[in-house]
Amino acid sequence: MMLDRPQHLPLVADPAPANTVWRATSETRLSRVARIAGLAALAGLILLPAIAPRTLLQDLFFVFTILTLAQLWNVLAGWGGLVSVGQQAFVGLGAYVLFAAIGLGSLDPVSSIAIAAVATAIIAALIGPLLFRLEGPYFAIGSWVAAESLRLVCAQFKSLGGGTGMSLQSSVYSSLPGLKSVQNLFGVRPAIARDIVLYWIALAIVVVVMLAIYRFVKSRHGLALAASRDNDRAAGSVGVRTDRIRFALWVAVAGMTGAIGALAYLQKARISPDAAFSVTDWTAYVLFVVIIGGVRTIEGPVVGVMILWGLIFYLSQYGSLYLLVLGVIAILVMLFMPKGIWGAASHRWNVQLFPTQRRLFRNAYH
Amino acid sequence: MMANRSMLELKGISKAFGAIVVASDIDLTLSRGEALGVIGPNGAGKSTLFNLITGMLRPDRGRIILEGEDITQMPPEARCRAGLGRSFQIPLPFTHLTVFENLSVAALFGAQVSEAEAVQLCGEILSLTGLETKANVLAGSLPLLDRKRLELARALATRPRILLLDEIAGGLTDAECHLLVETIREIRKGGVAIIWIEHVVHALLAVVDGLIALDFGKIATQGAPADVMRSKEVQAIYMGVPA
Repeated sequence: MMLDRPQHLPLVADPAPANTVWRATSETRLSRVARIAGLAALAGLILLPAIAPRTLLQDLFFVFTILTLAQLWNVLAGWGGLVSVGQQAFVGLGAYVLFAAIGLGSLDPVSSIAIAAVATAIIAALIGPLLFRLEGPYFAIGSWVAAESLRLVCAQFKSLGGGTGMSLQSSVYSSLPGLKSVQNLFGVRPAIARDIVLYWIALAIVVVVMLAIYRFVKSRHGLALAASRDNDRAAGSVGVRTDRIRFALWVAVAGMTGAIGALAYLQKARISPDAAFSVTDWTAYVLFVVIIGGVRTIEGPVVGVMILWGLIFYLSQYGSLYLLVLGVIAILVMLFMPKGIWGAASHRWNVQLFPTQRRLFRNAYH
Repeated sequence: MMANRSMLELKGISKAFGAIVVASDIDLTLSRGEALGVIGPNGAGKSTLFNLITGMLRPDRGRIILEGEDITQMPPEARCRAGLGRSFQIPLPFTHLTVFENLSVAALFGAQVSEAEAVQLCGEILSLTGLETKANVLAGSLPLLDRKRLELARALATRPRILLLDEIAGGLTDAECHLLVETIREIRKGGVAIIWIEHVVHALLAVVDGLIALDFGKIATQGAPADVMRSKEVQAIYMGVPA
C-alpha cells in the first residue's frame, strides 16, 4: 500500500518539536561493550612498553602507522569514493618536510611532524582542484602520476640528498619529549627509550585518527559525504555541496597522511625518494589492509592490519614468495568476500562493534 | 518591491545540444500554492525542463526567477536550499545509505534543520509516504516502487516551497494511485507549490490547477486542465490528428 491515512505534515511552519515521536541512534548494546573493551585495550597498549621486548614495540609501531594510513584511505576511498592510489605522495612529502625541518631548519622532531602535516595539506589543496577534474579510474591514475611527479621533484633537492637520500643524526632524537623520563623510569638505553617514545606517539596518532574518523562518518557531514559518493547529482539536488565536502576530506586526509609519513621516517632515520614515495610500501599494503579487512568499516582495517602483520612475521624470510602470498590472498578475498573478512563476518552474524548507520525508531508510547 | 504573487518564473528559457533543441523559448509562471501539470510525449523535454529549473542544466538563453530573485546562475544545491525540491524520473537513491539516512541528508542539508528536528521530520515523512517499515533498510535493496516513494519522500525532506515531481504515479495500482493523490493534496495544504510531470493523466487531473503540454521543447499549449486536454494541439500530439 502506498500509505495509511495522510497525516498533518510539518512541511512549512513547524512548531518546535516538543513531541518526540521518533528517535534515532547508531548505538547498540554491543557498541557500548566495544567502547569499554576498546578503552581497556588502549590502557594495555599504553602500559605495554613496561614489559614488551623492543622488537614488539617496533613491530607495533609499523602496525600503528599502516593502520592509520588504512583508516585514512578507508574514509577517503570507501566513504568518500575518492579512490586514490597516490597516497604515497603525501607519505613522501611529509617525510621530506620533516627531514628539511630537522636537517635544514634545526627544528625539534615533534614540531617538524606538525609542520609536515600542514605543508602536506597545503600541497594537497593545490593539486586537489587539478585531480578533481578527473573521475573514477582517471582520478586513480592521476593521483599516481601526481605522486610520481612529486617524487621526482623531491629527488632534485641536493641539500636533502637528491636521488640517493640522507640520514638523520642520532642527536636529533635527544629533543624528543619525555625521553629522559623514559630512560630513568624504565632504566633503558637512549636508543630503546627513543623506540618507546615513538611507539607512544604512533599510538596517540592512530587512536586520535580512528576516533576522529568514527565521529566524522557518524556526523551529518559523514552522511553528506556518503550521499555524494553514492550519487553526486542527487546529493546536489538535496542541498549538499558535494565539491566542498570532498575537497575538505582530501586535504584533511593528506595532512594526516603527511604526519604519518614524517613519523615513519623519523623512526627509520633514513630517507630516499624511492622509499618514501614507494607505491608498494605506502599504498599497496594499505589497500591490502582495507580490502581484506573490510571497506567502509572501522573494524575492517584493524582486522586487515593484524593479518598483514602475521603474514609479514611468518613469511618475510621467504623473500618474494611472501608478496606472492599477499597477492593471492587479496585476490581470493576480493572474489569470495567482496566486503572483506570483517565485512563478511559482520554481515553473517549481524555484529558491529563500531556501528556507523543511523537507525530510526518510533518511541514506544506513541 | 513589487507585490508579485508568482513564485517561480521562467522567461524565454532555451537550451540546445548542438542541433537538437531541448527547450525553446519557454515562458512559465507558477503562482504561490499553485499546482501545475506537465504532459507531453517522450522526448518532449519534460525532464529537461526540470533539469533547467533545478540547475542541473544551464540554459543557453533566458532567466529563471524564484520569488523575485534571479537564480539562473545558482548551482543546484543552492536552489534546493532556496526551496526547490525535486524527484528524479529514474530514481537516484543513495544506495549504501538506509532509507532514513537518505531523508536525513535532505533534511539536514536541504531543509537545514537541526539533528533533533531532522529525526522528527524524516519520521513524519516516512510514515506519510508508506516507507516507515523500511526506514532502516538500505536504499539500494528497495524494489522499484519503493524507490519511487523514496524519491518523493526525500524531496519532501528538503522542505520545499516548490516541489517538482517527475513521473511518480507510473506502475501504481488504482488504490495506491488514489492514496498518492491524497498525499499530494495534503502536501499542497502546507502551501507547497507543485509542478508535476505525469503520464498517468487521471491522477494528474485530480490535483492540478493548470496544465502545460510540451512538444519538441516548446510549450504547445497551456491553460486550465480541461481546456488543454480538449485543445487541438494535444489532440494533434497524442492522436496524430493534424492541428
